Amino acid sequence: MKIYRSLVRITVIADKEWIQIRRDTRSLIFALIAPFALILLFGYALTMDVKNVSMAVYDQDRTTTSRQFLEKFSHTDYLHIYDYVSDYSEIDRLIDKEDIKLAVVIPDGFEKRFKSGKKTDIQLLADGSDSTSATVAIGYVKAIIANYNIEVKVNELKRIGISETKVPVETENRIWFNPELLSKNFIIPGLIVIMLSVISALIASLTISREWERGTMETLITTPLRSYELVLGKLIPYIFIGVFGIIIMLLAGFFIFDVPFKGSLIELIILGVLFLIGTTSLGMMISSVTRVQVLSVQLSMVITYMPAFILSDFIFPVANMPLIIQVISYIVPAKYLIIIFRGIILKGISYSLLWTQIVFLAAFALIMITISIKKITLRLPE
Amino acid sequence: MIKVNSITKTFNEITAASDLSFNIAKGEIFGIVGPDGAGKSTLLRLIAGIIIPESGTIHIKDINVAENPFLVKENLAYMPQRFGLYEDLTVEENIYFFGRLFGVSRKGIFKRMKRLYDFSRLEPFKDRLAGKLSGGMKQKLGLACSLVHNPDIILLDEPTNGVDPVSRREFWKILYDLLTDGVTIVISTAYLDEAERCTRLALMYNGSFLRLGRPSEIKKSIAGSLLEISVSDVWKAERAIKAGGNFGNIIREGSALRIFSGNPSKADADIRRIFKNENIETKSIKRKVPTLENCFLEIIHRRNF
Repeated sequence: MKIYRSLVRITVIADKEWIQIRRDTRSLIFALIAPFALILLFGYALTMDVKNVSMAVYDQDRTTTSRQFLEKFSHTDYLHIYDYVSDYSEIDRLIDKEDIKLAVVIPDGFEKRFKSGKKTDIQLLADGSDSTSATVAIGYVKAIIANYNIEVKVNELKRIGISETKVPVETENRIWFNPELLSKNFIIPGLIVIMLSVISALIASLTISREWERGTMETLITTPLRSYELVLGKLIPYIFIGVFGIIIMLLAGFFIFDVPFKGSLIELIILGVLFLIGTTSLGMMISSVTRVQVLSVQLSMVITYMPAFILSDFIFPVANMPLIIQVISYIVPAKYLIIIFRGIILKGISYSLLWTQIVFLAAFALIMITISIKKITLRLPE
Repeated sequence: MIKVNSITKTFNEITAASDLSFNIAKGEIFGIVGPDGAGKSTLLRLIAGIIIPESGTIHIKDINVAENPFLVKENLAYMPQRFGLYEDLTVEENIYFFGRLFGVSRKGIFKRMKRLYDFSRLEPFKDRLAGKLSGGMKQKLGLACSLVHNPDIILLDEPTNGVDPVSRREFWKILYDLLTDGVTIVISTAYLDEAERCTRLALMYNGSFLRLGRPSEIKKSIAGSLLEISVSDVWKAERAIKAGGNFGNIIREGSALRIFSGNPSKADADIRRIFKNENIETKSIKRKVPTLENCFLEIIHRRNF
């Protein structure tokens, strides 16, 4: 009987919360549209693939050999010859205008030296202000030149009469789970987690402070409602919204960004709910401490977004960070869910391989829910 | 029904309740009257068990409130000054929500709702959002919400504050109707005309009771009668009386002055003499039956001077 009455109160709170969410159009739009819009925005913007790097070519030699050499640069997706120039100052100008990132300069006498079998130098100029792209682009150029060198040597050997040549060591690359090394496959599962933690904590952070601000908390205090019933009742609708967000974002990833989905959707959602219990409770806890909506929103943004973005291995490898920050990263729940989501989405692994992460998430959920129940005292502040 | 035993509560050195003891019997309308900051709301909140006293105990039907807050809450209605209605829920949804929270069955709520709509006359507005109701209707909805669970004890904290006179009268009619159901009502108010309708009253000031009893007893507790003095020049007359002798608190009301006096015949003569000396024309000096408001002001005045 006691349990039944308690359950009734929990469902009554959940019901009421749901009606309120439904009637608060702005929050509803935020909760439903935001995940989709954010995944679209970040999905397109946050790409780390360096492709179609624009470069300029300054061919001082103007011979068949130099042209043959340059041809190698035009048959690739990675580089793109933006312009042929005839002066260093033009290279300068193009780099300043950010039209190009790279310039290749072939010196006068390239063919002559080449034909006579001497070592030939070419010059490579790169815009170092974007160090990541520059490093990657230089790598592309080096790879193209290395291939060219091998081709030339093989041809020479053929001319001499050695038709079968073998390179002593050759690597055969097989990249698993993301064969094309597309960064979106790596980013989108992480992005879903980040958006999830921000949105769930953000919406939940409004709920208790709103009760205080509108004076309804004082009324609730006079009813037989217990604080755990209030927390559980409020959790339910927000978790549904969170699950809806996961599905929307997965669909966007799958259909718009062609991110494969290899694992079990049910496992993904169950573990997502485990995570949502923690973050939603965190939001409620913030809300019950501040009792002011504006402050709760700001606090929950800072507390969820920053650590989730930076300390979760989302983009920045935590292993490269100072030890103290690595230690802190262990309490960031997004870190565990990112491992889980990447595992299920890209590798199709089952939950049985993710026990460590599941235990951490469960502990986080349990701790957060306990603290928020303790923090929501159903007595008037003095 | 309610037994309050020497409770004390202070907030940052302001005493909101100082060593209060009293009993409230079943079927009473017990009024707590006093100026703002007297401690009325605190006293009601203490009885409702939503704040804890520093010392002393409160028993409701022999249950200790501080020890069993949830047991007490189930049979008690507390309506705060600003009843926190869910403004984005409709009238009916609000009533339903609070009914379910108090453990009333779905069927029970709709049965009870008829009665609540009867007295509050909110039925035509049942699908309107609570936020779109007028002030008086909001208060009535608040009362309806706190009554869905058929409480034995109703605590009302200034329920008619900011409500128009017509709605106020209606509100009191509802309270009298409830009394016939055998409930006990504790109400705080700053309106003394309302206080006069209570079965018993406590005059509260700075956390303690100055008087406690039936309205008629409180009026009697002030020895003396009220003199209403009509004069041509009130300002001059007031100054003259103040200078002329010890007449206690002088209340100026329009073109008349009122004073309390233990010996009205002597005061009458004294005042006429003073006015004569000061060349003030005395229109009339009448003896009046003091209202509760007159008494209350006099009681506070006597305490302060």
